[in-house]
Amino acid sequence: MDIIYLAKLARLKLTDAEKERFSNQLGTIIKYIEKLNELDTQNVEPTAHVLGLNNIFRDDRATEPLTDHDLINDSPASSKGHYEVPKII
Amino acid sequence: MYRITIMQARELLQSKKLSAVELTQAVFGRIDSVEEKVKAFAHLMRDKAMQQAQAADARITKGEEQPLLGIPIALKDLICTSGSRTTCSSKILDQFVAPYNATVVNRLQAAGAVIVGKTNMDEFAMGSSNENSSLHPTKNPWALDRVPGGSSGGSAAAVAAHECIAALGSDTGGSIRQPAGFCGVTGLKPTYGRVSRFGLVAFASSLDQIGPITKSVADAAILMSVIGGKDQQDSTSADVPMPDFIQALNQDVKGMKLGIPKEYFTGGIQPEVEKAVQDGIRTLESLGMQTVEVSLPHLDYAVAAYYIIACAEASTNLSRYDGVKYGYRTNNSDNLANMYENTREEGFGEEVKRRIILGTFVLSSGYYDAYYLKGQKVRTLIKQDFENALEKCDVIAAPVTPYPAFKIGEKLDDPLQMYLADIYTISANLAGIPAMSIPCGFVGRENLPVGLQLMGKHFDEASLITVGQNFQQATNFHTQEAPV
Repeated sequence: MDIIYLAKLARLKLTDAEKERFSNQLGTIIKYIEKLNELDTQNVEPTAHVLGLNNIFRDDRATEPLTDHDLINDSPASSKGHYEVPKII
Repeated sequence: MYRITIMQARELLQSKKLSAVELTQAVFGRIDSVEEKVKAFAHLMRDKAMQQAQAADARITKGEEQPLLGIPIALKDLICTSGSRTTCSSKILDQFVAPYNATVVNRLQAAGAVIVGKTNMDEFAMGSSNENSSLHPTKNPWALDRVPGGSSGGSAAAVAAHECIAALGSDTGGSIRQPAGFCGVTGLKPTYGRVSRFGLVAFASSLDQIGPITKSVADAAILMSVIGGKDQQDSTSADVPMPDFIQALNQDVKGMKLGIPKEYFTGGIQPEVEKAVQDGIRTLESLGMQTVEVSLPHLDYAVAAYYIIACAEASTNLSRYDGVKYGYRTNNSDNLANMYENTREEGFGEEVKRRIILGTFVLSSGYYDAYYLKGQKVRTLIKQDFENALEKCDVIAAPVTPYPAFKIGEKLDDPLQMYLADIYTISANLAGIPAMSIPCGFVGRENLPVGLQLMGKHFDEASLITVGQNFQQATNFHTQEAPV
């Protein structure tokens, strides 16, 4: 497994020590997981969700929403009611 | 006084032999004397709790009767509480205050509960020992050099040490039942969909359930009747009628069938633990239950399927922690990309990062079919195993764990060994069925508790409650006191 590529996909900046440790540990875990290949699952449907629910609708009734203030308050950086992030371009 | 159950507290409160303020003060007095040793809590809500206790007393005086009126309860710190922190024992949420209550919190408060505080946990519920908390490890009240289990270790330890009358935890792969087993208390993971997950910080959305951790099965029944039932805010909460769980306490087990899955009694289980579980099964037989052998042939594959599915879901759920809308943000960045990367590197602990990487791997292009899809197919086989087994019996009995609470630090360097600690509990989450852990014995020189696991059909928590209550009326394991 390409730990540097995966860390990039997951937006994690791992330290060199973590990269090495995780590579070893995840190698062991993945080898263990591969025991699933002992099972023939060719004709088995996958289960994503045990209850098999679909299209659940709630009543079409307006309720009091959270305010912008409630939400923005939790942000580590905001100004004038907007989220602030470092320069993108 | 803090040693009482919900059932006992209700009688004392309603008959005015005890006030909610006195009870809440007694619980905080107990916290003040043992918390330094146990470290069950992430943070306390002392002032609010005292206000809630006063309000409860006023309601009692008016003659109001509510199932939890004036009862001090602790919440695992991934259940959102408006106006108080919800940290998931993670640095990335250490100052996070949710703008709303979880549905279970609204239901507890409507039922009159006093919320004493938020309990410590493995960060984002990832772990089996509470050692993955970013705050401090919680200790097992039965042996302070041992883990309380996890990830709801704080809730289980708080109940065992009488730092609350009861608690809520959450269970994704055993996180209620395993710590309940290790700490000698009762823990119930409801059927997937029975309890609303609205306001529960998500780990693996197709597996997570909130449930009670209590001093008795009767208390679990009371809490279930308060927190269970359809919630419009959670589209995966099932619109299935709620049975009368209190009535289930009075049912007899005579004639009920108890399934014994042979795969749970081979291989890694410690002989003393197996004996305690077998003795528990014999007790249930002596109460009139009929045992039948059942088979769950895919048990050996459950841990592998679970870690694929749980990590895949976790890696997507945790992508929301990006330092923008809430939570921690790094001070060390000069553009958006390295702000994300440094925030997540500094904010998440090691186990969380490991699982995000594993989840990213099984979902990544080229590996999805071989790992994620394969895991979902094996999940189908495990679910079918339970459906077949539960056609032959009402309730399945099994161990909760292969061994009692292990030493702090013992498994910390070997994640796979830590994952295998959940071998007996994980299948119930994959199948979505309800499962409960009740104390069934003590082993070793240190007198460590052992749990008996009861698993039932979808939405049949009532049968678990009936069997558990009959067991606890015939035994006194659940009333033994931790030495702390």
